[in-house]
Amino acid sequence: MVCAGTGCVANRSPEVRDALVSEIARRGLQNEIQVVTTGCNGFCGAGPLMVVQPDGIFYQQLGVKDVPHLVEEHFLKGRPVQKFMYVPPETRTPLPKMMDIPFFSRQRLIALRNRGLIDPERIDEYIARDGYTALAKALSQMTPQQILEEVKISGLRGRGGAGFPTGTKWEHVIRAEGEPKYVICNGDEGDPGAFMDRSIVESDPHSVIEGMLIGARAIGARWGVVYIRNEYPLAVQRLMIALDQAREYGLLGDDILGTGFDFDISVSRGAGAFVCGEATALVSAVEGRPGEPRARPPRLAQHGLWNKPTCLNNVETWANVPPIINHGGAWFAEIGTEKSKGTKVFSLVGKINNTGLVEVPMGITLREIIYDIGGGVPGGKKFKAVQTGGPSGGCIPNELIDLPIDFENLTEAGSMMGSGGMVIMDEDTCMVDVARYFLAFTQDESCGKCTPCREGTQLMLDILTRITDGHGTMEDLDALEEVAKVVAEASLCGLGTSAPNPVLTTMRYFREEYLAHIEAHKCPAHVCRQLNTYRIDPVICVERGHGCGVCRRECPEKAIFGEKNQAHRVDASLCSKCGTCVDLCHFNAVIVE
Amino acid sequence: MPKLKLEDLAGVREKARKATLLREGAGRVKMTVHMGTCGIAAGARKIVEAALHEVEEGDLRDVMVTTSGCAGLCSREPMATLEVVGEAPVKYVDLTEAKVKAIFKEHILEGRIVEQYALAIGSERAY
Repeated sequence: MVCAGTGCVANRSPEVRDALVSEIARRGLQNEIQVVTTGCNGFCGAGPLMVVQPDGIFYQQLGVKDVPHLVEEHFLKGRPVQKFMYVPPETRTPLPKMMDIPFFSRQRLIALRNRGLIDPERIDEYIARDGYTALAKALSQMTPQQILEEVKISGLRGRGGAGFPTGTKWEHVIRAEGEPKYVICNGDEGDPGAFMDRSIVESDPHSVIEGMLIGARAIGARWGVVYIRNEYPLAVQRLMIALDQAREYGLLGDDILGTGFDFDISVSRGAGAFVCGEATALVSAVEGRPGEPRARPPRLAQHGLWNKPTCLNNVETWANVPPIINHGGAWFAEIGTEKSKGTKVFSLVGKINNTGLVEVPMGITLREIIYDIGGGVPGGKKFKAVQTGGPSGGCIPNELIDLPIDFENLTEAGSMMGSGGMVIMDEDTCMVDVARYFLAFTQDESCGKCTPCREGTQLMLDILTRITDGHGTMEDLDALEEVAKVVAEASLCGLGTSAPNPVLTTMRYFREEYLAHIEAHKCPAHVCRQLNTYRIDPVICVERGHGCGVCRRECPEKAIFGEKNQAHRVDASLCSKCGTCVDLCHFNAVIVE
Repeated sequence: MPKLKLEDLAGVREKARKATLLREGAGRVKMTVHMGTCGIAAGARKIVEAALHEVEEGDLRDVMVTTSGCAGLCSREPMATLEVVGEAPVKYVDLTEAKVKAIFKEHILEGRIVEQYALAIGSERAY
């Protein structure tokens, strides 16, 4: 309904109407959309005006040049165009408060308590926000036994992946015989799409140092090591600065804060092998040997670094320790679920509107993280699955979106907490391809020491590649499942035992996609290009693209034929299914089937 | 620097609070540019340079430009938090050098929040 009141006519509304009629006809929408002229809407100041029914959407200040965009977006794609809409002045949204924005309000910051607030290269700013008060308390008012008790009461569990109770781990080290004892911080975060630990060290390195100091006091350690990957240059740099400043202040070194407690930390930079995130492999790497895992037991608590009792925790775990000492274990234990206390930091990536780092209480549902905090999937696409725990984790489908997140629930769903990577996938993601991608990663990162992992991951990758290429058989599917179970059962370390998770979960929740690849030779998401067929829509090619010929010129197989201004076509017998034509066509004329 | 004793820690804390939390003496305005890896990748260094340039050009002695880590919403980097003494902090997102110029002119000098570049006012809750 285009306004044809005097005011709007003076603002050229008839021209807008004519443009609208012809654009609608050009798009072939004339039978669905009727253009009506109306009398004065009474809001002449914002004319030319237009109301779209039945939605009741009110557009203002339209010009002839706006019409093609409006028709394409609103009528063809069903997306009302925000910038032409009228916003009444009194309801104009004022600038929201941080705590009105779900991305921030649903988070609870403990490990990330200083994020974005302090200059990580100035120890004074950490101290200004109560930094090192927990250390002062631990050194002056608590015995090592009392520190341990608080950590046990808190229910804190290892944030690196396995979720082992931190207090219990410390207790094992305290009881172990042998001197000296060591503490280690595992900063070898290696999951694709995970950056929690990097961000903590970058934005608040002292929180990790203070946590290690308190842990060292509890277990009676004199030396600590931070193992951090060299691929995190900024984190390494800020950690080094923080260590130097802590030493200058006498917060590291001899006679810390004049209490007689001695402790210092050295940094060991990792070369970026995924397996070095595994505790025994990490220790081996710190000692200067190849980063390969060994069988456990004996645990690191008894035979760790240099064969001495060692307490190894992840970056995020250490960062949680100072608030626990400051506020008490009971305070921490009130947050979260029965068996998983406190908060967890997740890195939210993939097909999600708000990419970023979020810290949420345990027990929050996937739905809350993905929709409330993450803002949902971009482009109006459908959410399909979320991969938690990186290549060691699994894919959790839409059916389980109301699952409260804790260590037990994720494990039961076939995935794991892992270090906290969360990769969101939409309907355009092929789950078989995802499984293949993660397996290609673990296969590449397998250290090769044990046979099940070395050979099994290769075997699984071969089968998955076969399936995505369209040569898979039903026997392959059975073999894949069998190998996956053996690798999970028989591998030496966590890399191997968890590597089959992406395969097993996608087979469990998305079996129909595997069947489509094998039986129908089709990839439902059109990701596996060898299973696609490509054709060019002649109408779109001519009308929108005027037979521009980009696809013909760029096709590496010379499989596309056609003349300028005429429809082009793909010769299927020559096509290598590379998909270049799809990527290059500006007019979306190449149809993938 | 002398090594701290237990009883010194509170003194350092008070002094550091005064210096960083925008009270008298510390300046009127503090702009914190978020420089995690994500921010730097998105161009935060240019944002800092642009801000320092504005300070220098306008001889704004009561404006502090400082840096901090990732603010969490990596997809909206570069981000900066602007605090004017006595007012709630404002988070600016998707910054460019031109936007920094506008923020200096309108927000810092004329006292009007540049709403179209701002994400929100206030701060997050810790614990």
